[in-house]
Amino acid sequence: MTDATTLLVGPFNRVEGDLEIRLEVREGRVSAAYANSPLFRGFESILQGKSPIDALTITPRICGICSISQSMAAAQALADLAGKTPSPEGAKVAQLLHMIENASDHLMHFNMFFMPDFARAVYADRPWWDQVLTRFTAAKGSALKRAVEARAGLMHVTGLLGGKWPHTLAIQPGGVTRAPSVRDKVRISADLAAFRAYLEEVVFGGPLEQFAELATIVQLSGWTGGDVALFLAISDDLALDSSGCGEKRYLSFGAYPGPNGPLFKRGTLVDGTSSQLVPEQIVEEITHSWMLGQDAHPSRGMTRPDEDMREDAYSWCKAPRLAGETFETGALARQAIDDHPLAVALAAEGSVRARVIGRLLELARTQIEMERLLASIDPRAAFMRHVRIPDDGEGVGMVEAARGALGHWVRVEGGVITSYQIIAPTTWNFSPRDGRGVPGPVEAALVGAEVRDGEETPVSVQHIVRSFDPCMVCTVH
Amino acid sequence: MNILWLQSAGCGGCTMSLLCAESPNVFDLFTAAGLEFLWHPSFSEASGAQVRHLLASIEAGEQELDILCVEGSIVHGPKGTGRYHMLAGTGRSMLDWVQSLAPKAKHVVAVGTCATYGGVTSAGDNPSDATGVQYEGRHSGAALPSHFRSQSGLPVINISGCPIHPDWVTETLMLLASDSLGADDLDSFARPRFYTDNLVHHACTKNEFYEYKASAEELSQMGCMMEHLGCVGTQAVGDCNIRLWNGEGSCTRAGYPCISCTSPEFEEPGHGFTETPKFAGIPVGLPTDMPKAWFMALASLSKRATPDRVARNAAADRIVVPPTVKSRKND
Repeated sequence: MTDATTLLVGPFNRVEGDLEIRLEVREGRVSAAYANSPLFRGFESILQGKSPIDALTITPRICGICSISQSMAAAQALADLAGKTPSPEGAKVAQLLHMIENASDHLMHFNMFFMPDFARAVYADRPWWDQVLTRFTAAKGSALKRAVEARAGLMHVTGLLGGKWPHTLAIQPGGVTRAPSVRDKVRISADLAAFRAYLEEVVFGGPLEQFAELATIVQLSGWTGGDVALFLAISDDLALDSSGCGEKRYLSFGAYPGPNGPLFKRGTLVDGTSSQLVPEQIVEEITHSWMLGQDAHPSRGMTRPDEDMREDAYSWCKAPRLAGETFETGALARQAIDDHPLAVALAAEGSVRARVIGRLLELARTQIEMERLLASIDPRAAFMRHVRIPDDGEGVGMVEAARGALGHWVRVEGGVITSYQIIAPTTWNFSPRDGRGVPGPVEAALVGAEVRDGEETPVSVQHIVRSFDPCMVCTVH
Repeated sequence: MNILWLQSAGCGGCTMSLLCAESPNVFDLFTAAGLEFLWHPSFSEASGAQVRHLLASIEAGEQELDILCVEGSIVHGPKGTGRYHMLAGTGRSMLDWVQSLAPKAKHVVAVGTCATYGGVTSAGDNPSDATGVQYEGRHSGAALPSHFRSQSGLPVINISGCPIHPDWVTETLMLLASDSLGADDLDSFARPRFYTDNLVHHACTKNEFYEYKASAEELSQMGCMMEHLGCVGTQAVGDCNIRLWNGEGSCTRAGYPCISCTSPEFEEPGHGFTETPKFAGIPVGLPTDMPKAWFMALASLSKRATPDRVARNAAADRIVVPPTVKSRKND
C-alpha cells in the first residue's frame, strides 16, 4: 500500500465563511478528511450578562446569510422563556420573512456557490461544458446574473416587512413590528409572482407544481426543463448520484410552525426509518474541538475556548451528536422527513445529487407555500402581542434554517442572560470527530472522493463539500 | 481597477447585502465601472491553492493590487496571536495577512461596522479581542496604526453599517475607480460623506410624530420611537430613509428603532437596544446639533399642541385617523 499524502484545502471559497479541509489521500482517493472551522468569535460569551431582549439584535448578526433564521430562533426561545406565543398573524408574517430568506439561500447556493465549479477548465472535454461556461462562469454567467436580479426583487418583501435584509429587528417574541396593509399584500403578491415566473422560466423550465409532484428518481431523470435539466445531465455524466454519500442519518427540527404543527415535519430518518426527535438526547462533544469543559446538552453547555489550541483538537466547532450518533441536516433531510417521496428516495442515495435536488425540490415547494401563506394573512388583525420577558427562566428555540436544524438554548437569571448556547446546522454537518473518533458528516462523506493526478484542491472534494451548502460563520459563531 | 476582497471575522452579511444591489445587478455594475475581482470569497471560481498563489504574488509585489476590501473585524486573540482566525490553508492569521497586504494596496476599504470599528464581534467582553482594520471603536489605531495611509495617501476608507447598504459600497468603489474620492470626502471617522452627511432621521416617515413628540410606547405602534424605544435616528449618520433598503424598506419604516449601526461602538449602547435611557423622565440623548434648552422648550410645547389624529395614530399599529382634506365643492 502506498503512503498517504496530505492535502490542505483552503481558503475554501464559495461557501459562507471560513473553511479548511485536511485530506489524507491514498491511491487517488481520499482516505480521511478533517474539517476545520478556523474562526472563533464567541457570540455565546458576548450574550452573557445582556438583557435577554438584546439577543434579538445580536444573534441575527451571527450570520449574514441565515440572519432571519437566527432571529426566528431567538424570538422563539424568548417566547418559550415567557411561556407565550406570538400573535397568529404576526407569526405568519415572520414565517413569510423566514421563507423568503430560505428560498433566496437555496437559489444562491445553486447559482453562485455550487454550479460555477462545472465551468472549470478541467471539464472542457465534457459535452455540457460550453453551456455551463455561458450560464455559470463565476461572477459572469448569464444564469448567475438572472439569479442575483431575481433574488434582489424577492428581497423587496424583506424590505417592506422587515426594513432590510440581513439583520432585521422586526421579528419579536410577540409577533412582528410592522402591520402589513392590504396594499402591502398585493405588492408582495406581485413580488412573489415575479419570482415564480423567473423560477419557472429559468431554474425549472416548467411549472413548480409539476416539479414538486415528482415522486421517483426515474421521474426526476425525465425532467427536461431549465437549469435543473442541465444539472441532471452533469450529474449523470459525473456520477454525482454515487459521490459524497453520507451515513443516511437525517435530522429536522421541523420547519415553519403552524397551529397543526410544522409545515415540514420534525423528526429523524435513519436508514429509511422515521422516528420522533428527542431533543434531550442532543450532546455537544468537545474532544477534538479547541474547547474546554465537558460534553453537555446545550441547556447545560458552555463555551470556553482553548487558548492554547491543543494538538489533538483541530476545529473551533463542537461535535453535536443525537443519541451518540452523527446526523446530517438540511433541505434533503427536511423534505425526506416530511415524507416527500422523491426526497425519501434521494435520502436513501445520500449523494451530491441528492442534496442538490433536495434543495431545488424545497425551493419549488417553498414558493408554493409562500403564496398560500400570504393569501391567508388577514391585514385587519393584530400582528403583535405584548410579551413580558421574565427575570428568571429557560427557553428553547428550534427552527430550520436553509441549511438545517438551528437551536438556541437560553437561561436568564436576575434579568440577564447567564447562558446562551447555539447549535447551527453546519455545526452538525461539519462537526469534527467525537470522543469515539467518529468523523462528522462531511468528513465521512469525503472518504473515497477522487483525487486526480496533480490536484492540489481536488474538484470532486469541492463538489461534495459544496453539496452540503455549509455556513461556516454560523458553525462556530 | 482590481479588487481583492477578504472576509475576516464577521458574519458575511455585507457581501450578502451587496448582492442586493439593483439597476444594474452588482456584477454588471462592477464590469461597467472597470472594477474586477482578483478574488472574492463568495463570487470567484478560484479556491484553495490558486488563491494561496495569488496572495503570495501580491505579497511579493508581482501582482499589483488596486483595492483591498476587508469585510469583518480583525481578531487579535488569543493572547495577541490572531489565531482565533487563521486564513484557511495558509497557516497564518488574518491579522497577519491584512497587515502584510494593506501596504501593497493603492486603496484599503473596510466594509461594514465590524471591519471599520470592531462592531458586534467586539461586543460584550469581546472574547476574540476584535477590532476594526484601523479603528478600535472610536479610537484610531488598531490592526493598522493610526498613521497608516494606503499608497493613494488616504487612510482606510470606512464604509460602516451593519450591514452596509449595497449602494454605499458600489458607489464608494465607483468613486475610487474614477479617481473622485479624496480626503475631504471622508468624515472624521473616515466614512464617505456622501452617505454620512445625512441623518437617519432625514426622510423618516415618523417625522410628524417626532415633531409633536407623539411617541410609540411599544414596538408595532406607529409613533416616534425616540422617547421610549431607543431610536437614535436623530443622531445616527446615514441616508437610510432617503435611499431606502431592499426596495422600500428602512429600520424605522419597519417599525423598529435605529440603533445607529453606522457608528463606532453602536454594539454597546450602555442600555437595551430597544429602550431609551432617561434622566428625570427626559431622554438622555438629544438630536444632533440641537441645543438642549431649545429641545426641552419645543418638546413640551409641541407635545401640548399634538393634533388628535397624530396622538391616536401614534398609539396604533396602522393609520386609524386619516388627515382631514378640504371638503368637496359640490357638497
